[in-house]
Amino acid sequence: MKPAAAIKPRARATPIRERVVEYALLGSGLFSILTTAVILAVLVYETAGFFSEVSLADFFGDTQWTPLFSDKHFGIWPLVLGTLLTTAIAMAVALPLGLLAAIYLSEFAPEKVRRVIKPALEVLAGVPTIIYGYFALVFLTPLLQKLIPGLAGFNALSPGIVMGIMIIPMISSLSEDALHAVPMSLKEGAWALGASRLAAVFRVTIPTALSGIAASVILAVSRAVGETMIVAIAAGQQPRLTADPRVPIETMTTYIVQISLGDTPTGTIEYQTIFVVGASLFAMTFGMNMLSQRLARRFRGKYEP
Amino acid sequence: MLIETKEKREAPPRVRSANLTEVVAIQNASVKAKLQVEGLSAWFGTNKVLFGIRMQIPENRVTAIIGPSGCGKSTFIRTLNRMHEMVVGARVEGQVRLDGQDIYAQDIDPVLLRRRVGMVFQKPNPFPTMSIRDNVLAGLRLTRALDRGRGEEIVETALRQAALWEELSDRLDEPGGSLSGGQQQRLVIARALAVEPDVILMDEPCSALDPIATARIEDRIHALKEKYTIVIVTHNMQQAARVADRTAFFLLGELIEYENTNDLFTAPKDKRTEDYITGKFG
Ligand SMILES: Nc1ncnc2c1ncn2[C@@H]1O[C@H](COP(=O)(O)OP(=O)(O)OP(=O)(O)O)[C@@H](O)[C@H]1O
Ligand SMILES: [Mg+2]
Repeated sequence: MKPAAAIKPRARATPIRERVVEYALLGSGLFSILTTAVILAVLVYETAGFFSEVSLADFFGDTQWTPLFSDKHFGIWPLVLGTLLTTAIAMAVALPLGLLAAIYLSEFAPEKVRRVIKPALEVLAGVPTIIYGYFALVFLTPLLQKLIPGLAGFNALSPGIVMGIMIIPMISSLSEDALHAVPMSLKEGAWALGASRLAAVFRVTIPTALSGIAASVILAVSRAVGETMIVAIAAGQQPRLTADPRVPIETMTTYIVQISLGDTPTGTIEYQTIFVVGASLFAMTFGMNMLSQRLARRFRGKYEP
Repeated sequence: MLIETKEKREAPPRVRSANLTEVVAIQNASVKAKLQVEGLSAWFGTNKVLFGIRMQIPENRVTAIIGPSGCGKSTFIRTLNRMHEMVVGARVEGQVRLDGQDIYAQDIDPVLLRRRVGMVFQKPNPFPTMSIRDNVLAGLRLTRALDRGRGEEIVETALRQAALWEELSDRLDEPGGSLSGGQQQRLVIARALAVEPDVILMDEPCSALDPIATARIEDRIHALKEKYTIVIVTHNMQQAARVADRTAFFLLGELIEYENTNDLFTAPKDKRTEDYITGKFG
C-alpha cells in the first residue's frame, strides 16, 4: 500500500497540467496549419479572380509581361525565365563548390579542420540577404563590368553568383550530413578490397548518399527560386524573355516586391497579378520541396532499418 | 607474387630473411608460415590494446582467434591488412611479414596490400547501390583491375566458390541488399574472393547468422583453405573447433596460447586458457 500512496499526489496533479500543455501544443499546431490554409485560400481566390479576366492561353502563351503598361500582356514566361536564369547561375556556383566542400569535410578533413570550417560555412547562411544584395550591386557588378563587356548595371549574372555563394553552406551542410550518414562498414568494405580513399569516396560513399545529396540540391534550387532580396536589388525590374545574363531582367519574386511596394489599388487586375505570380512561385517551390523530402526519405529508409 | 611497392624501382633487392623458411608444425606435418607476426603492439590513441604478439600463421590452413570480448581479436586481424591504421589516432608497432615481406615497411602501399589480404566483416556489408553482379566485381572495379570481357567469368567463379551460384545465377541484376543475411555474407565472401587475395581475414563472420547459414559458411571455409590462408575471429568455441587447424587464445591484448586446435581444446597448457574454454570466465 505504501508505494501506491507515495506516488499518488503527483499522479493526481499531472492529468490537468498535461492536458493544458497538450491543448497548448495542439493549439499552436492548428494555428500554423490554419495560417497556411488562409494564405492558400487567399492565393486561390485572387488567382481565380485573375483567370476570370485573363485566359490560361494568354498566361502560358504570351511572351510579354506588361501588366502595368496601357498595352497589357500577361505572359508569365519572362518572369519564369528570369527566375530560372538567376537560379541556374546560382547553382552553377553553389553546386560544385558546395559538393566539393561537403566531400572534403566529410571524407578528408581532419577533425580539427572540420570543426572550424563547418560552422564558418554556416555563418555564411546567417548573413542577411540584403547585405548579399548590396554586395552584388555595389561590389561584384562593378568588378565584373571591368571583365565582361556589355554587362549592365543591373543584370542576372552578379546576383546569381552572389546567390550561389549564399547557397553553398546549404548544399555543403546537408550533403555533408548525407555523406557522413553512410555507414563506416561500407567504407571499410571498400578499403578492405584494396580501394584507395578517393576510389571509395567516388564509387561507394557518394553513390550511397546520392538521394540525400540530391535532396539537398533540390532544396537549394527551391531556395534560389524563392530568393527575393538579392535579385530585387541587383537584377533589375525588366521582365524580359532572354537567357543573356548581362542585361536587366525581373524574377517572379522581384515582381511581387515591385507591385507590393507600389500604389496599385486592391481589386484591380494589376493587384491580382501578384497573387497569380505568387501562386506559380508557390507551386514551383512546393513541388521541389516535396521531391526533396521524398528523396531524403528514400535515403533514410535505406540505411535506418 | 610480391606486393607491388610505391617506389618499385628504388626499392633495394630484398634479402630473403631466414624467417621466411620458418615453419609451423601442424599435427606433425610442417607447413610454411604465410604470415609472421613479431612483437606486434597496437594502440588506439594512448590506449594500448595489443601487447607484443608473436605468431606464425600457416599457409592454406584455417587459424582461429578466440578470447573474451574486448581482448583485441578484431584489432589483431585488422593489423594484418593495415585496416587498423584507418582509425584516427590508431598506431602499430612491430612486424607483420607476408611471405617474408614486412607489410609495415616504408615502401609498402597499404592499398595494394589489401588486395592480397582480403577481409570479411561481422555484419554483412554488400554495397547497397550495386547489383549482385557489381558487388562481386566491386573490388576489381574499385582498383581498376577488371579486364573487359572477363567479368561474367569472374562473377561465376567467385559465386561458385561462395556456394551462391546455384541460388543466384538468375538474380545477378538485383540489388545486393535484397538478399538474406546469410546470402549477403556469402556475397561479401565472393566479393573478397573475386580480387584473388592470398589471405582472407574473417571477423566473426557468422555472429549475425542462424545455424543453417553458419553451417554453409563453415562449409565454405573448409573448401576455401585449399587455395587461401584463412584467419577467423570467433566467439564460438565449437566453431573454432569445427573449422580451425590452429587456434590462438587472446586475453587482455596478449596471446596466451597458440596450438593445434585439438590440443588447445583438449589439453590447454595455460590455466587461463583452460578457464576460458571450460566457461569459467568470458
Ligand atoms: N575504434 C576504437 N577506438 C578506441 N578504442 C577501441 C576502438 N575499437 C576497439 N577499441 C578498444 O580496443 C580494445 C580491443 O577491442 P577489439 O575490438 O579488438 O576487441 P574484440 O576482441 O574484437 O572484442 P569483441 O569480441 O567484442 O569484438 C577494447 O578495449 C576496445 O575498447
Ligand atoms: Mg571484435
